[in-house]
Amino acid sequence: MKNIKETIMHVIFMLSACISILAVAMICFFLFANGLPAIGKIGVFQFLLGMTWKPGNNIYGILPMILGSIYVTAGAIVVGVPIGILTAVFMSRFCPRTLYKIIKPAINLLAGIPSVVYGFFGMVVIVPVMARFGDGKSMASASLLLGLMILPTIIAVSESSINAVPDSYYEGALALGATHERSVFFAVLPAAKSGILAGVILGIGRAIGETMAVIMVAGNQARLPKGLFKGVRTMTANIVLEMGYATDLHREALIATAVVLFVFILIINLSFSILSRKSEV
Amino acid sequence: MEACVDNKEKADSAAAINRQSLTGWLKSYRHQPLSLLLLILVGLSALITVSALFLLIIYILVKGVPYLTPSLFAWEYNTENVSLMPALVNTVVMVGLSLVISVPLSVFSAIWLVEYARRGNKLVSVVRITAETLSGIPSIVYGLFGYLLFAITLKWSYTIIGGALTLAIMILPSIMRTTEEALKSVPDSYREGSFGLGAGRLRTVFCIVLPPAAPGILAGIILAIGRIVGETAALMYTAGTVAGIPSNLFGSGRTLAVHMYVLTNEGLYTNQSYATAVVLLVVVICINALSGLIAKWVVGKA
Repeated sequence: MKNIKETIMHVIFMLSACISILAVAMICFFLFANGLPAIGKIGVFQFLLGMTWKPGNNIYGILPMILGSIYVTAGAIVVGVPIGILTAVFMSRFCPRTLYKIIKPAINLLAGIPSVVYGFFGMVVIVPVMARFGDGKSMASASLLLGLMILPTIIAVSESSINAVPDSYYEGALALGATHERSVFFAVLPAAKSGILAGVILGIGRAIGETMAVIMVAGNQARLPKGLFKGVRTMTANIVLEMGYATDLHREALIATAVVLFVFILIINLSFSILSRKSEV
Repeated sequence: MEACVDNKEKADSAAAINRQSLTGWLKSYRHQPLSLLLLILVGLSALITVSALFLLIIYILVKGVPYLTPSLFAWEYNTENVSLMPALVNTVVMVGLSLVISVPLSVFSAIWLVEYARRGNKLVSVVRITAETLSGIPSIVYGLFGYLLFAITLKWSYTIIGGALTLAIMILPSIMRTTEEALKSVPDSYREGSFGLGAGRLRTVFCIVLPPAAPGILAGIILAIGRIVGETAALMYTAGTVAGIPSNLFGSGRTLAVHMYVLTNEGLYTNQSYATAVVLLVVVICINALSGLIAKWVVGKA
């Protein structure tokens, strides 16, 4: 009797563990099954490299959105990565204990704030400032906001990889006469570089997948990005904005947009896991 | 007694040697411009990060708190009061439902990974890779998947239950991960002791391993609640944007975050948007504080 119970529970535990496999399989199935036929119908090159998105005229080219996503993400990296890494260095090697007790929860909170609240903040604070230079809802606003949003991710991963560097590196550099700053930046930081890079890649994944905040500040014009202070539309925005009323091929084209986004994410995830394995070794 | 005083004096003088006056500390940078620059950069970055957070919170609180009127919390939503009460109720329902679905599954998977699976089991690495993949998928992709599966294929249209199922998959990897870590931090001697007294594996897991791991698991669950509360993209096309409390789980309803997005998008109710943002922020801050407290308690106990 007891053995039967044990076996049943063992099987239940194992089946639960298989849920995540099932979930990934189903997500892949539903996306690809609904999206790939559309890519076939539109034509791979017309879809991926087409420069016009006019669902009304049955023209579906998502190059503007792909470029929009890439530009906005690149902008977020430019804003977020230097500040993120330097803040991580501060927290790991410069921060007094009392200050740490304030900063650490603050950064956790930064990670927990909902993206609509970020988007709203961007809309009422960042956009009016950017409006002085061009369109308020623009690539620059989106990049700045996303840069802020990916900070906690980059800081958390970088901080733990900097903490993981053996103290002997730092002490060795000090003993050779380097200052505290030089020891940290030229002995400790290089040793932590693959962990930091993994954090940056995770941040890229966050930025490219972010939807609501970007919609609220990016302007969402479905045309090739024209400049830093002009509006752009990302792939995520394209899906949310038009899914509500799309039908037939238009809807399938939107799902195909999600397929492209999904492939981007898979590549990013893969490079993240390869890098974090490397930094563990 | 004398030795004690002696020690104290020694410690004091040692501290005096190590103590550095502010001017001395600044002088030490005179010939190290690079170090000074790096120091300034590092301090500045930390300042930017923290001040951005405080700017966001204070700005939204200052603008939003005056609009937290009683009519905003009226039971029924209409275009005059723009009440957030139905959205708040839907949020609570959504959190409860997603957790009921997700917590057992994710805790059981973690139990299997930590307590049952043998080392080198192929399935373990597949589960880990898929969980890692799941945690990287953006919420809009979850939303689209939920839309295709629940709203289209199963013909449910927009439903609370569809939204909850979608969110349950979304929070699965994070609860699984924190549970795994909590289980791993339980010392092996607990398990050995239990086995030694003749308990089976099942009893060991539920009576010996899970209780000390519970606070850690709870901290993970609370963070997952935060994610559900703040989620928008995954819910727009699964639970829909109807501004009322549905009569059953197969009705459509919007959570607080979706409510806020719709309000902002309509552009007519900016003040109410501020107020809704305040409510969202307060909820998130409470959740974070709670999770932090529990985590601290775990560390303190260990």
